[in-house]
Amino acid sequence: MSAASTTITHEVPPKSGLRAFVDRLRGGDEIAHLITLIASAGIILITSLLVLELWRTSYLSRTKFGWMFFWTKVWDANFDKFGAATFIYGTLVTSAVALVIAVPLGLASAIFLSELAPRWLSDIVSFLIDLLAAVPSVIYGLLGIFIVVPLMRTTLGPALKKVLGFTPLFAGPNYGVGFLTAGIVLAIMVVPFIISVSREVLLSVPREQREAALAMGATRWEATWQVVVPWARTGIMGSVFLALARALGETMAVTMVIGNNPQISASLFAPGYTIASVIANEFTEATGDLYLSALIELGLVLFLMTFILNGLARILILATERGGGRPA
Amino acid sequence: MNMKKTFVVVSLLLGMAALAAAQGGQVLLNAAGATFPYPIYSKWFDVYHTAHPNVQINYQSIGSGGGIRQLQAGTVDFGASDGPMSDEQLAASKFKILHFPTVLGADVPSYNISGVSGELNFTEKALAGIFLGTITKWNDPEITKANPGVNLPSADIVVIHRSDGSGTTYIWTDFLSKASDDWKNKVGKGTSVNWPVGLGGKGNEGVAGLVKQTPNSIGYVELVYAAQNGIAFGKVQNAAGKFIKADLASVTAAAAGAAKDMPADFRVSITNAPGATAYPVSSFTWLLIPAQIQDPAKRDAIKDFLKWMLTEGQKYNEGLTYAQLPKPVIEKELKAISLVQ
Repeated sequence: MSAASTTITHEVPPKSGLRAFVDRLRGGDEIAHLITLIASAGIILITSLLVLELWRTSYLSRTKFGWMFFWTKVWDANFDKFGAATFIYGTLVTSAVALVIAVPLGLASAIFLSELAPRWLSDIVSFLIDLLAAVPSVIYGLLGIFIVVPLMRTTLGPALKKVLGFTPLFAGPNYGVGFLTAGIVLAIMVVPFIISVSREVLLSVPREQREAALAMGATRWEATWQVVVPWARTGIMGSVFLALARALGETMAVTMVIGNNPQISASLFAPGYTIASVIANEFTEATGDLYLSALIELGLVLFLMTFILNGLARILILATERGGGRPA
Repeated sequence: MNMKKTFVVVSLLLGMAALAAAQGGQVLLNAAGATFPYPIYSKWFDVYHTAHPNVQINYQSIGSGGGIRQLQAGTVDFGASDGPMSDEQLAASKFKILHFPTVLGADVPSYNISGVSGELNFTEKALAGIFLGTITKWNDPEITKANPGVNLPSADIVVIHRSDGSGTTYIWTDFLSKASDDWKNKVGKGTSVNWPVGLGGKGNEGVAGLVKQTPNSIGYVELVYAAQNGIAFGKVQNAAGKFIKADLASVTAAAAGAAKDMPADFRVSITNAPGATAYPVSSFTWLLIPAQIQDPAKRDAIKDFLKWMLTEGQKYNEGLTYAQLPKPVIEKELKAISLVQ
């Protein structure tokens, strides 16, 4: 026993330490501390085990292909050549298309629901939106196959081609399935997240902020756009990145409408392939060790992409906070 | 090396389940693998269990690749695969694995061409060219010469293939590899390959759906799926030069044609089999049984099930639109059961 602890036991009466602990236990502080600590440590543990296991089981593929894995466009199980470039491209493009469509749509409807709509309407609509967020993704996939794909082939695609066909984005044959269709289906899937979270954030902006703006002579729209939205900027961005995370990792619905052809093409009409889709498609029948290892490395790449994009999101939020908006 | 931890946990759980079953004088067999024969397997296991209440067989249709891996990891008592294991895979295995053909499957070409409603004939060269991307128009001479009187449009062909790894793709690419050296050298055969052209659909339903929706497209689906869903499909030219429509009889004929040269381990491809009535895009699907089974109760149960499957069990095939094994193959397999020790 060290000198320091002996001093303490001498200074404090023997029972009082225990009594103090019991008191704190009664108060719930210690227990709450312990439980919450274990819970958050569990999250860290799960995440690190996940990365470790992906890292370990992708060993064969990592050592064989090295950094070339990121740049190689060939994915051929018969000749043991594996590269992630086409899948990374497909994942990024479909997610980008989804956000381009979903962010303006989601933000506009969140502003309407929180600022302009009567409260009863807002509550009903937001209840429906929460329901939408809980719909299984295979349902969205079916919706994509039976409604969006035919619409894209017969109406939307030809119209886009007519107006914007001179750009490489809308050139080439239109099969109905492809990057654009996958992006649209993803947009439908992620828009509820943006609306739901943004609406809550906008509603939590203090009434005084609005009143102050109105008192200064601002119109209702000016108060909303110049005061309320900037105040809620951080939360709105949070909702956008939640949507992005969902779009990056979406598997089932994308597989059903993207065409599953690993290629890099400037045209949004072209069929493509995403990381999550190829893992879902090929994992069950992957027989070779290197093949399986390459699929697992794809999982690692997807994890990395999510990690990097989330990091960028944090930096973006920090930067905009410094530039004004919500006071600290 | 892969997912050892998961296997340990799963096998522990299964072990406990097996222990609980053994206490009741029960034999519990776990199996996993191919999805294509799942309907007939679950029927067999169910009927067999009714006749032999002490034997329970659980089958997880997780795909051929998963079945092979779980068998090698010792998680399951036997596996099932749509493609035979390769020499390398067998050499890498820690124990000897025997192949037992169970039922037959076949792939059929399904298409959707504006203005064409009849049954089309396909030569093997035409199919290889279409899927390689060297034949790009429906009125290509290789297609029109096999279909006199049919007015084929000069439209671009849209190729549809499976995007998920599957035994269906294995059969199709095995056939194309025999049809064309280009295909064999550039693409090869496998449960998923690097397709030169086309769109991928998930599952038979995904391919059939895309073909139905996309004008001037062609894809391949399993015969069972096409038959059950009333999907129209074309004829394929066989090794004897005849255009054959796939049905249970022509698929069994393909197996019979190949039975003469059946290797002792049953790992044989029957695509492009000889015989005037043989359908050329056919294949066996196999059960993978370890040659040595330590537990005598399990060993007897598996051997008895194999015998039952080859005799009684085959009666249930046609009800579920699976082709029966030809007699010579069944006789050879019955003899091979004694190899399980």
